[in-house]
Amino acid sequence: MRHQITDETISQLENLAKLELSPEEREQAKKDMGEMLHYIDRLNELDTTGTEPMSHVFPINNVFREDIVEQENNREAILKNAPAQRDGSFQVPKTLE
Amino acid sequence: MTEWTALTLGKKIQAGEISAVEATKATLERIKNLEPTLNSFITVEEESALKQAEEVQKKITAGELTGPLAGVPAALKDNLCTEGIRTTCGSRILQNFIPTYTASAVRNLQRAGAILLGKTNMDEFAMGSSTETSYYGPTKNPRNTAYVPGGSSGGSCAAVAAEECFYALGSDTGGSVRQPSAFCGVTGLKPTYGTVSRYGLIAYGSSLEQIGPIARDVADCAAILEAIASHDKKDSTSVKRRDYDFTSALAEDIKGMKIGVLTDYFGSGLDPQVKTAVLKAAETLRDCGALVEEVKLNLTDYAIPAYYVIASAEASSNLARFDGVKYGYRAPEYEGLHSMYKRTRTEGFGTEVKRRIMLGSFVLSQGYYDAYYLKALRARALIKQEFDKAFEKYDIILGPTAPTTAPKLGESLRDPMKMYLGDIYTISANLAGLPAISLPCGKDSKGLPIGLQLMGNCFEEKKLLRAAYTFERANAASITEKGDRDDRRPVYGSAVPERSSL
Repeated sequence: MRHQITDETISQLENLAKLELSPEEREQAKKDMGEMLHYIDRLNELDTTGTEPMSHVFPINNVFREDIVEQENNREAILKNAPAQRDGSFQVPKTLE
Repeated sequence: MTEWTALTLGKKIQAGEISAVEATKATLERIKNLEPTLNSFITVEEESALKQAEEVQKKITAGELTGPLAGVPAALKDNLCTEGIRTTCGSRILQNFIPTYTASAVRNLQRAGAILLGKTNMDEFAMGSSTETSYYGPTKNPRNTAYVPGGSSGGSCAAVAAEECFYALGSDTGGSVRQPSAFCGVTGLKPTYGTVSRYGLIAYGSSLEQIGPIARDVADCAAILEAIASHDKKDSTSVKRRDYDFTSALAEDIKGMKIGVLTDYFGSGLDPQVKTAVLKAAETLRDCGALVEEVKLNLTDYAIPAYYVIASAEASSNLARFDGVKYGYRAPEYEGLHSMYKRTRTEGFGTEVKRRIMLGSFVLSQGYYDAYYLKALRARALIKQEFDKAFEKYDIILGPTAPTTAPKLGESLRDPMKMYLGDIYTISANLAGLPAISLPCGKDSKGLPIGLQLMGNCFEEKKLLRAAYTFERANAASITEKGDRDDRRPVYGSAVPERSSL
């Protein structure tokens, strides 16, 4: 297999993806990702020179609308879903030391 | 009564032969009896369903609701937001999430007088092909409970097959409506990208997915699509179509229609019994007057690698919102903000979801973006061009929905790569935005259903529905001629109570 996923790569991805894998999960992730990337590499057989990347099947244009304020007053219902709330706000751990 | 099609029930309700309340009670009774075995639902809303039924019946009696689906009980995949009703997406991270709004497609159904019974089981965040990655336990295939129902809309398809509802909505990112429809022996349609608003559909692969109907037959699918399709200002990718009258296409007339049998989909890896049944279906369509010939596309081998790069990339971005702040699960123990994010997501997401988030983060990361993500988007463009060319010559492209019938429970989880390869025939329609339908075309020697897949060009649902409807009629006629029993009825494993006792 050409793809040796290193511990360093996994650590970097854990930071990007905000995940924290167990030692067993890290080993599995290295194996799985290596296999997937090996399989994905077959895309390199395709000559895509001059082909524009297609992020979307149809042309996407900006969708404009009149700038009219529409108030939805459901703060209570929204806050009910929050794991922690205080004084009508989402409560989060300290963000600045 | 529970075996009727949605349109048959709708007609009888309009005629006053049966009430929406009676139909709802009958379905709820069936759910109560079958759920301990099947687990098609994550949430059943018995009280709310009966209340809806009473209100809808009043409006029908008053002549205010006259549509073909008014009063018909339905189920929703649990990634469709429903105001006030828990919506989990099959994940632990959303186990307590109560949306404050309803998805546009569901609103459209409510306007049509649907009775919403509850939320169906699914692979976590629609990532999986067997409904086994759900945090809420696997769903079993009603045709044989030792087998999976397919996925990710496995709960919706099982519920329709088991007559726990008259129809259901699913979502299809890489085959998640069509493949479980094939495995459960029901009919499922993925519409052209943009036809049904995705507002309120919890996002996985935004550029690939569409909400679609799952039902007992083609006519029901057409009627449901007519009800849910709409141009929606709340989904900037939704398309304003010229036609929404899909049921007008339901005629047995395909004389001169050009059907390409996609030879790429009949190579190695295809189960011989599936192959025989699907080729026989092509013959049936030829007998009905279609011009059927073989067509070869060269790039279908690249669909899976392109798909998994794009879908994982979009997933890693879409699932960044689950951070333990605004809704859902938050880890009980952490040290500071970043630790809270990490613990919450690690404990809240299952293995398959984490695998795809990691892969997606990789292909989008600095140094790999061009080689993987942009490369996959370029491959996607080439695949789309190939289909465009094919549709210059053909009205419909025909093939199997899946390479095999349903696998046994537990088999798919052991080998993720094998599970990904199972999506080989369904993925192209998502990459190219095409409408595609899966409908039953036979059974294998184990008695498991086989799915026929028909694909149409973008915005040509009517041609697709007409071809599917014609096949369905011709197939039903040939079954009746041979004196076989109607094989659309579910056959339960021994663990499920017999119909007579329900």
